Amino acid sequence: MPSLVIEREVLIEAPVEVVWRTITEPDQMSQWFADRVELVVEPGAHGYMGFGDQGGPVVVETVDPPTRFSFRWNHPHGEEPVAGNSMLVEFTLTPEGDERTRLRVSESGHELLAWPDAEKERYADEHRGGWAEYLDRLASVLAEHRPG
Amino acid sequence: MTAQADDELWSAIADPSRRRVLDLLVSNGDLSASWLAGRVPFSRQAVSKHLVVLERAGLVSRRKQGREVLYRVEADRLGQAARAMTDLAAQWDRRLAAIKRLAEAAHAEAKKKRSPNPTRGGRQS
Repeated sequence: MPSLVIEREVLIEAPVEVVWRTITEPDQMSQWFADRVELVVEPGAHGYMGFGDQGGPVVVETVDPPTRFSFRWNHPHGEEPVAGNSMLVEFTLTPEGDERTRLRVSESGHELLAWPDAEKERYADEHRGGWAEYLDRLASVLAEHRPG
Repeated sequence: MTAQADDELWSAIADPSRRRVLDLLVSNGDLSASWLAGRVPFSRQAVSKHLVVLERAGLVSRRKQGREVLYRVEADRLGQAARAMTDLAAQWDRRLAAIKRLAEAAHAEAKKKRSPNPTRGGRQS
């Protein structure tokens, strides 16, 4: 069970194949993600992403054109990314008609101990908004209780 | 915040039982492990383990009061964590906006190429 860290989405006025190319072709990726992208989009392929003078290895996990693409990265540690030391970035593309695509991205962290299914479901329901909302809520409750 | 600290933080709050403990501490102020154990559906021992993880992540601190050890939430650290998460969300929003821009431009370009230019096409409709 990965710990969901963040989930965002956007609606794009372009067919799913066009969006797929934008997120998976290295020369396109370098325009929205890293400065330098060396990647073969095949499951299990090892690549590199550079951000300025920093960078690190990436490993492609899922390639299911044109709807699912995911990779692991271990930025900024730079160790070989495997489950347990890295973040998993997953893209899900959903066509909405011929010329429109919903693109969802999630970035999740460590694989956790096996939880009962009911707990997993509750967890997923509870955290659709991601950690930002949860932490914001906690921080504001705390501020209320401890003025100053 | 260092990346290592981030990892500890995310795994600390990823566990629902620990979030329960954190929620109780946020709402009730300084609490002992036994008080907490009376209000959660798991053992005193489990509560202690969760407190250790939360403390290591910097989210709670402890102090001795008489014979008791009291735990409290570190507001600064919690605020810092909330900001880090908001930054991460904003970063992905920027990336998604860039993808949208690129894909829509590519699509518009492809459409322009496909549809014949009416002034050159020479066909009457």
